[in-house]
Amino acid sequence: MGSKVKNAPGGKENKIGFFERIGKAFSNFGKRFVDGSIGTKLSHFIFGAGNFYHKQYIKGAIFLLIQAAILALMIFCPTINNTPYGWKALANLPLTNVSKGGFDPATGEFTTGSDCKLMILFGFVTIAVIIIYFIVWNLNIASSYKADMDRKVGKKPTTFKEDLKDLLDGKFHVLMLTPTCIAAAVFTILPTAFMIALAFTTYNQQDMNEIGTNLFGWNGLQNFTSVFTGEGSLGVEIKNRFLPVLGWTFIWAIFATLTCYFGGIILALLINKKGLKGKKIFRTVFIMTIAVPQFISLLAVRNLLGEYGPVNALLQNIGLIDKPIGFLGLDMKDSEILAKVMVIVINMWVGIPYTMLMTSGILMNIPSDLYEAARVDGASTMKMFFKITLPYVFFITTPYLISSFVGNINSFNTIYLLTGGGPTHLGYQAGGTDLLVTWLYKVTIDQGSYNTGAVIGIFTFIITATITLITYRRSKAYNEEDTFQ
Amino acid sequence: MSMMKTKKYRSQSRSRRAGLAVTYTILTILGIIWLIPILWIFLSAFRCEYQEDGTFIGIVTSNFFPRAIGFENFKNLFTASYYGVEYAFPRWMLNTLIVAVVDCLISTFLVLSVAYCMSKLKFKLRKPFMNISMILGLFPGFMSMIAIYFLLKSIGLTGNPEHPEYSMIGLILAYSAGAGLGFQIAKGFFDVIPNALVESAKLDGCTNFKIFRRIILPLAKPIIIYQALMSFTGPWMDFIFAKVIIGAENSQYWTVSVGLYSMMFGSYPDPNWFTQFAAGCVIVAIPIVTLFMFLQKYYVEGVTAGAVKG
Repeated sequence: MGSKVKNAPGGKENKIGFFERIGKAFSNFGKRFVDGSIGTKLSHFIFGAGNFYHKQYIKGAIFLLIQAAILALMIFCPTINNTPYGWKALANLPLTNVSKGGFDPATGEFTTGSDCKLMILFGFVTIAVIIIYFIVWNLNIASSYKADMDRKVGKKPTTFKEDLKDLLDGKFHVLMLTPTCIAAAVFTILPTAFMIALAFTTYNQQDMNEIGTNLFGWNGLQNFTSVFTGEGSLGVEIKNRFLPVLGWTFIWAIFATLTCYFGGIILALLINKKGLKGKKIFRTVFIMTIAVPQFISLLAVRNLLGEYGPVNALLQNIGLIDKPIGFLGLDMKDSEILAKVMVIVINMWVGIPYTMLMTSGILMNIPSDLYEAARVDGASTMKMFFKITLPYVFFITTPYLISSFVGNINSFNTIYLLTGGGPTHLGYQAGGTDLLVTWLYKVTIDQGSYNTGAVIGIFTFIITATITLITYRRSKAYNEEDTFQ
Repeated sequence: MSMMKTKKYRSQSRSRRAGLAVTYTILTILGIIWLIPILWIFLSAFRCEYQEDGTFIGIVTSNFFPRAIGFENFKNLFTASYYGVEYAFPRWMLNTLIVAVVDCLISTFLVLSVAYCMSKLKFKLRKPFMNISMILGLFPGFMSMIAIYFLLKSIGLTGNPEHPEYSMIGLILAYSAGAGLGFQIAKGFFDVIPNALVESAKLDGCTNFKIFRRIILPLAKPIIIYQALMSFTGPWMDFIFAKVIIGAENSQYWTVSVGLYSMMFGSYPDPNWFTQFAAGCVIVAIPIVTLFMFLQKYYVEGVTAGAVKG
């Protein structure tokens, strides 16, 4: 195995130091400028010049158009909703040059005020455009330099048609990955960067309502330190509720993962028992809960267990209780511990079928001679389960265990639909069963405290990233990923 | 000697039969527990009870089994207007169908193309791409949700007073744009396809595109179906993202799950809507459950591949 990993693509490159690589890249740039033809030299300033020099007109025109478009955007600064792109967007990023807007009695004119969130957003877009500019700059030089080299060895520079054809073969990955790269840059990377930036601002609805505009400023690390100091608009909430919510998130994730994992394995063992008929019917029953949308099934559970629901009515009718029990902590005076136990139990109802489905396949693949040998040695059924079945399943599903732990930290639906985070703590957004994600949701969507929400999001990311990186980097799946190549 | 053996065998089979009986009992009890909430919604949908003064009972009741059944709730559901939208429920169903179909096509295409590149092609940025996509996946999705809303709003794809219908395009983009980063399960599937197949095709002069179309895609049917199933059912199940992106005020363009959820917990829910809500749930759940039942095999294959590969 070891030798295979060493020969894997990219394995050697990783050994080159970071600075060496940067140095190499720079010397590469210099080399292209010195060695290149006059066209390549010109390409350093005018995109596509080298391609025109080599009579690759369409390619050259595309490069030139991109350069013209980006430069035009940078210089002329088109505005959307009164907020500019281009160099003005960069100048706006410090959020100092803002106007409140409104009616000005001196001039008698009505002006629209600045919108700081758009200023940040467009500033980031502009930075992305500048990065794209340099990527295209590099591509255009490389393309011209390649044509130079082709000429040198007596080959003709590739035509546009040949380049297009190469997209289906040698450069197929470029064709296949471009849509995802563009989409992910716009709808994943940009929003994530924007939200991270908001964590360092004073952007929240309460403060903005006071000013009455869309204005806010940078705030440094204050939103993060308010976990200790309690400063800021939601500072008291963050200070008093962060640790309890974090603790409960961990307890929840551990219990939710383990109960569903072992419950699923036991259920799979029961269903796959030798000689059992109607396996398919049983399996179908449990798959039903996966197929029915959670907002339906979990709301049904919430109804069943509600104050006036059938379960409370039944318990009252048979005289076990006098007044309805708040199973799910929907009321402030309901027991928090009961609500916490209930969500973990109900989550088993949601999660066990998944593990059952997954482990069913694995159980059927356990080599039967392992059991034969154990039986010959006189091992009991229990012993075989703990010494063969469990270790085998455990070994194969470790990656799943990690990902389901991380998934449970971010498990929004179960909590939000069952308890809504309740029972409420008076004066706070975060209730007794709120996880970091549901808290994040309440704080951003209900409260409009975007900066606090972003801080919670970043903390969640740090936690999940740490867990994943530690376990994932050690796992077989990561280290031997290349061996499939 | 042989007597003892048969005796032992007999006692073994007897204990085995007892074990089976216990298993049947446990499984049946568990099965009933698992079905109760679904049964509750189903029964509520057909509940057709009237009070003594003749008013229809549409709220959550404390009796599990209905005293009278009928199709009243379904009739009301399809004709009533909710949140100021006439024939709201059929509208929402249609909206969801449109979003789901387009999202399914785009997402499946993106996932397959990325997964194939990551599994079978060699290029410089492969490992960085994989690492970046993993790191991005670790940010809670709700964090960027509001940023996506701002972004879409700034380009007029949601909250656009002149063209409220554009918000559906915005929603489709929000659902499908990030899909390509969720390539891991499909990649795990492609990894199992032997490389020798690809190599020999290359020796025969096939381009990478041809290999993808002629060799990989026909073999990838299970994973295509799995991805299509996941991305098609997603919009029917999501009630948060859709509400934030389309907007609470834009009720005409809600998806069905936002609509149904709002019938219970919206800005002005009517407690009498519960049985109609249940009827709506049954109508939404039937096609999804049927799809799952028919494509169960592929679903299990996908889930297992994802679990083992991580």
